[in-house]
Amino acid sequence: MSREKKYWKSEIQLDQNNRLDHLEHNEFVEKIPVDNNIFSDEKINEVSANRRDFLKYLGFSTSAAVLASCEGPVHKSVPYVVQPERIIPGIANYYATSLFDGYDSANVLVKTREGRPIKIQNNKLSKYNGNPNARVNASVLSLYDSKRIQGPTINGEDVSWNTFNNNIKAQLNSLKALNQTVVLLTSTLASPSTAKIINSLIAEYPNIEHIEYDSVSESAALDAHEKMYGTRGLPYYDFQKAKSIVSFSADFLGDWQGSNYDHDYVKGRIPNRDVDGKASMSKHIQIESNLSITGSNADLRIPLSINNQKLFLAHLYDSISGNNSQLKKLPEALVAKLDYVLTELLSKKSESVVLCGIDDVNAHLLCNRINDILESSVVNKSKISFVRNGSDSNVNEVIDNIINGEVKGVIMSGVNPSYTLPNSIAFSDALKTLNFSVYFTMTPDETSEYSSHIAAAPHMLESWGDFEFMSGEYSLCQPTIKPLFDTKQFEDFLLALLGSDKSFYDQIKENWNNNILNSTTSWNSALHDGVFSTESNSFNRTNNSIDFSNSAKQIMSSDDNGFDLILYCKTGMGDGQQANNPWLQEFPDPITRVSWDNYLTVSKSDAEQLGLKNYNEANGALNSNYAIVNVGENELKVPVVIQPGQAKGTVGLSLGYGRSKGLKDEMKTGVNAFSFYNDFSKNQKAQITAHYEIHEFACVQLHNTLMGRGDIIKETSLETYNTKEKEYWNPIPKVSKNHIETPVNSREVDMWEEFDRSIGHHFNLSIDLNACTGCGACVIACHAENNVPVVGKAEVRKSRDMHWLRIDRYYSSEESFNSDIEKKDNISGIGQSLSVFGQMEDPNENPQVVFQPVMCQHCNHAPCETVCPVAASAHGRQGQNHMTYNRCVGTRYCANNCPYKVRRFNWFLYNNNDEFDFNMNDDLGKMVLNPDVVVRSRGVMEKCSFCIQGTQAVILKAKNEGREVEPNEFNDAVACSAACSTGALSFGDINNKMSEVYNRKQDDRVYHLLEYVGTKPNVFYHTKVRNTDKDKSI
Amino acid sequence: MGHYEASIRKPLITGNKNYHQISVDVAKPIEGKANNQWWIVFIISMILFIWGIVCIIYTISTGIGVWGLNKTVGWAWDITNFVWWVGIGHAGTLISAVLLLFRQKWRMGINRSAEAMTIFSVIQAGLFPLIHMGRPWLAYWILPIPNTFGSLWVNFNSPLLWDVFAISTYLTVSLVFWWTGLLPDFAMIRDRAVKPFQKKIYSLVSFGWSGRAKDWQRFEEVSLVLAGLATPLVLSVHTIVSFDFATSVIPGWHTTIFPPYFVAGAIFSGFAMVNTLLIVMRKVCNLEDYITLQHIELMNIVIMITGSIVGCAYITELFIAWYSGVEYEQYAFLNRATGPYWWAYWAMMTCNVFSPQLMWFKKLRTSIVFSFVISIVVNIGMWFERFVIIVTSLHRDYLPSAWTMFSPSFIDIGIFIGTIGFFFVLFLLYARTFPVIAQAEVKTILKSSGDNYKKLRDKNGK
Repeated sequence: MSREKKYWKSEIQLDQNNRLDHLEHNEFVEKIPVDNNIFSDEKINEVSANRRDFLKYLGFSTSAAVLASCEGPVHKSVPYVVQPERIIPGIANYYATSLFDGYDSANVLVKTREGRPIKIQNNKLSKYNGNPNARVNASVLSLYDSKRIQGPTINGEDVSWNTFNNNIKAQLNSLKALNQTVVLLTSTLASPSTAKIINSLIAEYPNIEHIEYDSVSESAALDAHEKMYGTRGLPYYDFQKAKSIVSFSADFLGDWQGSNYDHDYVKGRIPNRDVDGKASMSKHIQIESNLSITGSNADLRIPLSINNQKLFLAHLYDSISGNNSQLKKLPEALVAKLDYVLTELLSKKSESVVLCGIDDVNAHLLCNRINDILESSVVNKSKISFVRNGSDSNVNEVIDNIINGEVKGVIMSGVNPSYTLPNSIAFSDALKTLNFSVYFTMTPDETSEYSSHIAAAPHMLESWGDFEFMSGEYSLCQPTIKPLFDTKQFEDFLLALLGSDKSFYDQIKENWNNNILNSTTSWNSALHDGVFSTESNSFNRTNNSIDFSNSAKQIMSSDDNGFDLILYCKTGMGDGQQANNPWLQEFPDPITRVSWDNYLTVSKSDAEQLGLKNYNEANGALNSNYAIVNVGENELKVPVVIQPGQAKGTVGLSLGYGRSKGLKDEMKTGVNAFSFYNDFSKNQKAQITAHYEIHEFACVQLHNTLMGRGDIIKETSLETYNTKEKEYWNPIPKVSKNHIETPVNSREVDMWEEFDRSIGHHFNLSIDLNACTGCGACVIACHAENNVPVVGKAEVRKSRDMHWLRIDRYYSSEESFNSDIEKKDNISGIGQSLSVFGQMEDPNENPQVVFQPVMCQHCNHAPCETVCPVAASAHGRQGQNHMTYNRCVGTRYCANNCPYKVRRFNWFLYNNNDEFDFNMNDDLGKMVLNPDVVVRSRGVMEKCSFCIQGTQAVILKAKNEGREVEPNEFNDAVACSAACSTGALSFGDINNKMSEVYNRKQDDRVYHLLEYVGTKPNVFYHTKVRNTDKDKSI
Repeated sequence: MGHYEASIRKPLITGNKNYHQISVDVAKPIEGKANNQWWIVFIISMILFIWGIVCIIYTISTGIGVWGLNKTVGWAWDITNFVWWVGIGHAGTLISAVLLLFRQKWRMGINRSAEAMTIFSVIQAGLFPLIHMGRPWLAYWILPIPNTFGSLWVNFNSPLLWDVFAISTYLTVSLVFWWTGLLPDFAMIRDRAVKPFQKKIYSLVSFGWSGRAKDWQRFEEVSLVLAGLATPLVLSVHTIVSFDFATSVIPGWHTTIFPPYFVAGAIFSGFAMVNTLLIVMRKVCNLEDYITLQHIELMNIVIMITGSIVGCAYITELFIAWYSGVEYEQYAFLNRATGPYWWAYWAMMTCNVFSPQLMWFKKLRTSIVFSFVISIVVNIGMWFERFVIIVTSLHRDYLPSAWTMFSPSFIDIGIFIGTIGFFFVLFLLYARTFPVIAQAEVKTILKSSGDNYKKLRDKNGK
């Protein structure tokens, strides 16, 4: 735009030498103080732009700069300078490790992404402990707990580990000189290498006394075992061999004796047909007070108070042994039941087993004795379990010594006595008076409040360790991430006290190489597998003679005053160590389906008598009034859940809640029932009165019965299953077409064009209702894999839980589900239907229970897909029903039109939102997020995707390796089926005839949920078969 | 126009009017000053409207979670209000188009306001599909417009998409129809206006109406064509709205009877709303001579008939549920009548089925007070009808594990009240600025149906 023509403005300009011209070219007479830039005299003449152009450029660049600054915030990422070996961004690494926190034990596989552990999976190489439960699955989130202690402190001041160690060492030496006792209080360690270190520590400091303390004691079983068989340990049962199981309050599918029995138990519960087409399964009779998961799975459940259970057991012992222990007479109603149990046991003889969960040494002695008389092959004669080792008497003694001042110092690890002791106040006060109290802990808690030396402990996923969970079954624990904070393992601290320059890792390796590993297994391969078995360390049973008759007599307590209070641990919370874990808080209890709380479970008739109520608010939310519970001198105000199946005269209350220190406020839920845990006995006597105040529950399932809807849960008895045609017990629903009954799955009644399903993969998920115990590991696994948000108690109360996978639990309204259906079918007339449907909303006093995992059914004719105006819900070639979050505008029409109600809406922004201060609201908590799954924004619908990120990864991997996908490779790519310990969930490609899921689809138990709607789901269920028929008489 | 009406027919215009008086009467509310009552009602409506806006802003900025919805009940007040307002919007077009085709002259006194009501209520209705979205800022995605998302298209299978077309077509046609009718009337106001600003505005909105014979001829033709176009819309809009439910698989929604049932219900509620508005307006604006008792009675008869149709539909639903033999279907209807929301069902039955039956009594259907009360009752009932269909079907559907309840939050209520406020703000402004009677049309029947001319004819024996 430079000027080429020149126009005169006046004649003067003609004059070549006039001053005006000079001035015109030199507007500023003085030299402008600019140099070296484009404004300098020399350069400015070269520039062809004039002032107007300059203003244009200025305007443009200013507005461009302004526009550019409107971009979103820039997150800087730091690339690796040196690429770490084996970490490839986008590719997961797996490490085998083992986790044991004194309560839960498991051999696991940890999935890490870019160096972060993000998920815990089953370790299939482990024979006994490879199936982590819901709590272990959730423990990966506890690693990223924002409340974690970041370094050691002495009396509240940050110190270095050196100072810390030296300080303790000095104190230990001075106490050693005075020969004053120091107590090493730990949880059950079950660690051969740690045991060695502790032994050498005690050799160095003889004044140290090591006590193992289990927050939830199994002392009765341990004592009985030790007394009878000479070794301290818990008996191990081979449930696979059991044909008949009689359990007295033993919640072996839950937390009984730290067990992992569900896998073996379920093996015997699947009615696979043999060559003659006959199926058999084990018979399970549960005698208990609280309704447990185990009781829910039983074929026959007899609700009894603790005293009646003991009496029943004593009579059972008398009948089997032929003794006469001169017992109190069995109540009339129980005689037939005893006969039934007796016949059942004697008919199966050595293939039967009796289990004991009554917190009484004598009861355990009698059970062991009965098993011996039956010559039960279910009791493993060569293996015992070491996951519990606490002795009530030892613990009592040492706690007394601490309280009365005989002990001068304590070193604690893996325990939280100020929370778990019944006399925690006295203990806490005593703790403050000690010379020193070292407390190894991950988060501040009740005990750390009173301890002088707080040692920041690493999470198990940051630690080294070894365990012998069972005799001869060793496992290794290795770090899967560099410690996040300045933490030190308890064992390393002990080694420092010993002055050793070796690390705990060196110790383990040395110990394993020298003492554990054999010539065929190297350290590296053991570390790779995470487990190592040896037969050399099997235990020897001695048979000590004991007066069992006396035990039978002693078992009876005379105290019949008040209610039996049975303390138990909830599936979600265990002993309460992970109370700050939002996944577990929001995990609905498998039985009551209440989250974020513990409560008193009361039978309906007792509740009516006491004036305790459950009722629903206008928005459906569950409320109750409180009960005042008195045990001895202690009193608690506890909310109430009226529990079908609760034995009359008994109440249940779970331990593990009511934590008060070191948690976010939202997590301070429930009441601390450890204050009732007198003498470390789960069976207590309680006085109960009603209180008028109202408690608000967050319950995810507000309707408890099935309303006789037999096509939601199909079930039959073993006898029917064996004797009748499939058409009788698992008919395909029919519709009328031109007045001809036509099965709903036939082409003639299908309006839709079928996709070609023969090419590529076609995913199906099989759910066996016989195998599902309701344990909920899949729920947490799904949470972890799919970044499912936690929404908090208030939102769950509004029925807005976000779980993609839920386990529905139904109670029967009559004594069985089949009689519900019968009752519904026999309704005649409008008047009757009004009253009968009303009755069917109430569960039975001792109902049948069924669990049904429900997630998106991935319908081939999906109702959600047709109604979405923007096509955000669409069908995939591999059978999945896709949900495109980016495209969703949030009309919720799909959720309304879903017959299974599995779609979940983001009512609010659940991440980076202080209103939802859970793990997705802080940087540490966000480390657990799976980078393969998008975190959903507010206003979009979400649901189960069949873990498409996992199945795609499998396909890509096979493609890269130039092979076909293995028949069952997809099963472990999907979080829920990978986490399922019992094989209830099985996922795979039905186009592959070799796959497990294809085989399962051919089974005659297969049905689809709500088949008559015609949605053609890709999830199918297996009819539940109960081993019942003959029970009807008793 | 050219014929005389039988003398036994009641006059449609009373009060000895001539053409000039009609002009004066219709122009009066526009030319005069608003009285205090108008201001009071307007301010109340405005406050409600602003409160509604606040609630909408809060919803959009925070999330749909501020409503009472949950995982099982994904629609409640939002879609209830939507269907309710669409239903109310039905009377206008029915009155102006269908009654025009049927040469029902009595429509002339009420059609202008009925159409205004239609447009204003469709505006309210249109709000809800927008704000009920989780991400309303992406609402344009439901339009089939060319896009840069890789030619991502809408889902033509979805009834919600059909709604978009149905409602927008309805709104457009109604608006054009309304405005066409308004042209001669605006011109009349323009010609009377003395203030230059008013003159300017009214000449703009009257599109240069000159009153030539050619204008009138075209006017008549356009009206007839638009009436022909609008008539199927009367049936289609609510039919399509009913498809939202009828095409689903949820027991209680999946019902083939819905299209006629919804259309009848819509006419029912629309006429009731017309009655509510006009009973007040005829009094306040001194239009009793144009909106006579006969008009009210005739509308009452329509309410009674459509109410009976609706009642018949309710009973048919119950019968079909029983006859189907499908247990989910049976339970859904049993639950409607006797479940936790029984009160909503019986409120609906009482308001919609029982109360209109009182209109069989001449004394009642010619009572102004009674008509007004029933018109309110009917709309309460029709709101409950939609609530019953939506919420009680959803809250207990197939799997009992998902059963829950719904209760509205403050925001739910606030937005509903806000739309009522918005509606009345619009209607009150309309009543002060628009010719509320189609005076040009009314003038055409003055000589045939005016009481003075009728009397004159009677006297002269013609």
